[in-house]
Amino acid sequence: MIEIALSCVGLFCLLAVAGAGLGRASSGRFIVYGGCLTIGAVLFTVGVGVIAEPVQRIALPLGVPWVGVHLRLDALSAFFLLLLGLGSAGASLFAIGYCAHDQEPQRVLPFYPLFLAGMTLVLLADDAFSFLFAWELMSLSSWALVMAQHRETGTARAAFVYLVMAVFSGLAMLLAFGVLAGPTGGYAFDAMRAAHPSAGLTALVFALALAGAGSKAGLVPLHVWLPLAHPAAPSHVSALMSGVMTKIAVYGFIRVVFDLLGGAPWWAATIVLVVGGITAVMGVLHALMERDLKRLLAYSTVENIGIVFVGLGLALAFKANHFPAGAALALTAALFHALNHTLFKSLLFFGAGAVLHATGTRDIEKLGGLLQRMPLTSAAVLVGCFAISALPPMNGFASEWLTFQAILLRPELPQWGLKLSIPADGALLALAAALAAACFVRAFGIAFLGRPRTAAAGGAHETDRWSVAAMASFAGLCLLTGLFPGVTIDLLAPVAKALTGASMPWQTGDAWLTTIPVAASRSSYNALLLFVFILGSGGIAAALAKRFGSSGLRRSPAWDCGFPDASPMTQYTGASMGQPIKRVYGALAFHARDVVDMPAPGDTRAATHVVTRTDYIWDGVYVPLSRAVTWVSTYLNVLQFLTIRRYLGFVFVLLILLLMALALWQ
Amino acid sequence: MAVIVSLLVQFAQMLLVLALAPLLTGVVRKVKARLQRRIGASVFQPYRDLRRLLGKDVVLADNASWLFRAAPYTIFACTWVAAALVPTFATGLMFSWSGDLIVIAGLLGTARFVQALAALDIGTSFGGIGASREVMIASLAEPAMILIVFSVALIAGSTQLSVVADHMLNGQVGLRVSLALALVALLIVAMAENARIPVDNPATHLELTMVHEAMVLEYSGRHLAMIELGVALKLLLYISMIACIFFPIGLAGANAGIGAFLIGGAAYLVKLTVAAVALGTFEMSIAKMRVFRLPNFVGAALMLSLLGVLLLFVSRGM
Repeated sequence: MIEIALSCVGLFCLLAVAGAGLGRASSGRFIVYGGCLTIGAVLFTVGVGVIAEPVQRIALPLGVPWVGVHLRLDALSAFFLLLLGLGSAGASLFAIGYCAHDQEPQRVLPFYPLFLAGMTLVLLADDAFSFLFAWELMSLSSWALVMAQHRETGTARAAFVYLVMAVFSGLAMLLAFGVLAGPTGGYAFDAMRAAHPSAGLTALVFALALAGAGSKAGLVPLHVWLPLAHPAAPSHVSALMSGVMTKIAVYGFIRVVFDLLGGAPWWAATIVLVVGGITAVMGVLHALMERDLKRLLAYSTVENIGIVFVGLGLALAFKANHFPAGAALALTAALFHALNHTLFKSLLFFGAGAVLHATGTRDIEKLGGLLQRMPLTSAAVLVGCFAISALPPMNGFASEWLTFQAILLRPELPQWGLKLSIPADGALLALAAALAAACFVRAFGIAFLGRPRTAAAGGAHETDRWSVAAMASFAGLCLLTGLFPGVTIDLLAPVAKALTGASMPWQTGDAWLTTIPVAASRSSYNALLLFVFILGSGGIAAALAKRFGSSGLRRSPAWDCGFPDASPMTQYTGASMGQPIKRVYGALAFHARDVVDMPAPGDTRAATHVVTRTDYIWDGVYVPLSRAVTWVSTYLNVLQFLTIRRYLGFVFVLLILLLMALALWQ
Repeated sequence: MAVIVSLLVQFAQMLLVLALAPLLTGVVRKVKARLQRRIGASVFQPYRDLRRLLGKDVVLADNASWLFRAAPYTIFACTWVAAALVPTFATGLMFSWSGDLIVIAGLLGTARFVQALAALDIGTSFGGIGASREVMIASLAEPAMILIVFSVALIAGSTQLSVVADHMLNGQVGLRVSLALALVALLIVAMAENARIPVDNPATHLELTMVHEAMVLEYSGRHLAMIELGVALKLLLYISMIACIFFPIGLAGANAGIGAFLIGGAAYLVKLTVAAVALGTFEMSIAKMRVFRLPNFVGAALMLSLLGVLLLFVSRGM
């Protein structure tokens, strides 16, 4: 099967060439996206097919001499291959319709398949060189995609920040592999698995992997590029970047820390837990303040990555304390949430793209009333909002519920760091879930409900059939994975078994398809039954109310306490909707301040209301850093204009210093 | 045969909560009226209100969408299913395993989500004000609820309410600091979630003070009846939950005989009455808080529940 996966990479590259050749031709869209859709479906099938199979390997006589290209397909790769296949098939289906009005398709078509090829290759790579090559291919091709709409304001800056952070991520991964390979240079992953680095080197590799994969995934404080770059790309690419690429970064972290290092000490788990919890809450708080629909979704991606990393941190903590059943539960919860996030975040980005196409704006303050004008898109997005807000019976709830169960599993860990960080993470996770619900009430309520705030929103129309098909199928998948969480949990059993030595109990054997993480007396959840009960009781209530009560219905102007037909501008806006939450959390999280200047009675000047927010991370880390870089480069600029004698002198001095260092080392 | 009996008991519980919910609201109103030295309406007045509302036509705003019309039934159904999951007179009912405490909190979250969306659907400023305040309060109350669940689950070793109740009834739980913190926190959360004084005033129609009422301002007829019934069910749910976790006296076991069920039912009625009197008295003795003092009040619940969980993680005996 690995041959099929490998030929998929080749086909993606062929499609990239075709995309470059076809360029502006109208058939290009059908060939490239249609091809990607098919290959995505094949990758999904391969992932499902091999996840429980033994490991498959292949070595190609390409690449670096004496190393070659080693490829490997195990349960972990297979699961992420499945996720990638699903995400790329959906995005390609959406793109067939969405890109019909693309002004410059030649800027997207060549890089889109290349991006998919890079991501697929990351999952297959079994040595450091091919992994890093694929990692950089993924970064560069996605950078080109971010730059596709280069004329829009902010895109160039977003792409620049993205490129800098991608280089940082690549560098950190490179160093991590360098340390893992050791002085003998065992760059194949098998050699790294066999080598057991000392405690100090393990710590170093862990830190580098967390920084490298974490910056690609969007962990706070390395997330700054994500809310800039993801919205700047065309919507189907945003869906891929948020839905799939961040998961490839999660894969990179799992591959290095769980597989190559074989686990991490308990303090490392504490770091992952703390960073994950903070990421979850900070991401959703930023999303709550955002008025750009796509940036809001990007910040929400940061939140969900935090939730995934909390699961991974729990798995590391349990693994370090030799509690494989707990580690399996936590890892399954994390990977399940990763899959769920792919589904609902892709869906929501599709919806944002459809709205952008229909109204020409991403600003929720200029939307409203889309539920009546774009009924199918709105219904699909509503399902996505339910799922992402972790509400039963949708899939987001199932994975968060599993994470909560993992937190409750075993409090008697010996280390104080874990004793305090695990319950604190439980609180942060619960807070993030509640804030996510608030965030998506605001996003959906302001953008899709109410009355249109502008003529553009009022004149919106339903999007094309391809896009609707993509959204409807992902909405259906969100519901299905939510109603049958046992199927996904069982699918993940081989992955958990390979990485933690245990797996969750078999779920689909239960007569009622109840999800039971540990034991029935501890906790159980049956989404299907609850869904049937809700549908049944709601339906019966509606039928009885109409049968025995009045079934009449009259339309009239809205009541609104006796002031009907006010201007649509009197509706609550996104800013006013988020104001109470900003007041509660904003002062602490981003030093939010409302400055109201109210003139005295009789004074005719206008009153002003200014809201200020400070991004502590940007102002506290990145601005000083960029200042330092500018300062250093200004002073080192002198070195550019020296004579040849001086350069030779420098070389000489450096040589002496290096020799002395070597002599001291010996 | 055993299956049919347990199925019947399960449905009896579902119908019991539905039948008792308006009565509970009526009793609370009666207690408040008596404390104000009014005679007050009969305790059965909420049933009459529901019948009156059901008999009236729905007056729908011109631009109301399908979401607005589906919301009352969804809210009612989610609350009813959640209320049916909480043991009232007996534990271990047939479908009690289909959801644990976190699921109950989640179902109430779904109901609230739909409610807030429906409030925004017409596009009036009152709907917005209600929805934005509701999600602000929920953003504090919901995590507090989850942390209370954590405290209880760490002590009982399960998030299943039936198992928790059995553990509290039979196990050697004793007096614990964490449980006391959880109880205080749960009381605050219950006040906030049920829109009671001091968080919200269920009797007000004064624009600037209302939260829940602002969200349902546009509803009428059978839609409003469904929402009112949902509100009553939610109050009953929280009282049942507090009773079943902290005061499980009299609860019948899974397959106890009809006698045990009757004793459980009687105990449940007594608990409901005590809770209704206590709630009415408390509401009469405190003033409604300003909206922006609420984060302190509900935040206290969050902090108390977090403290309870931390104590349990540090020492199982706390």
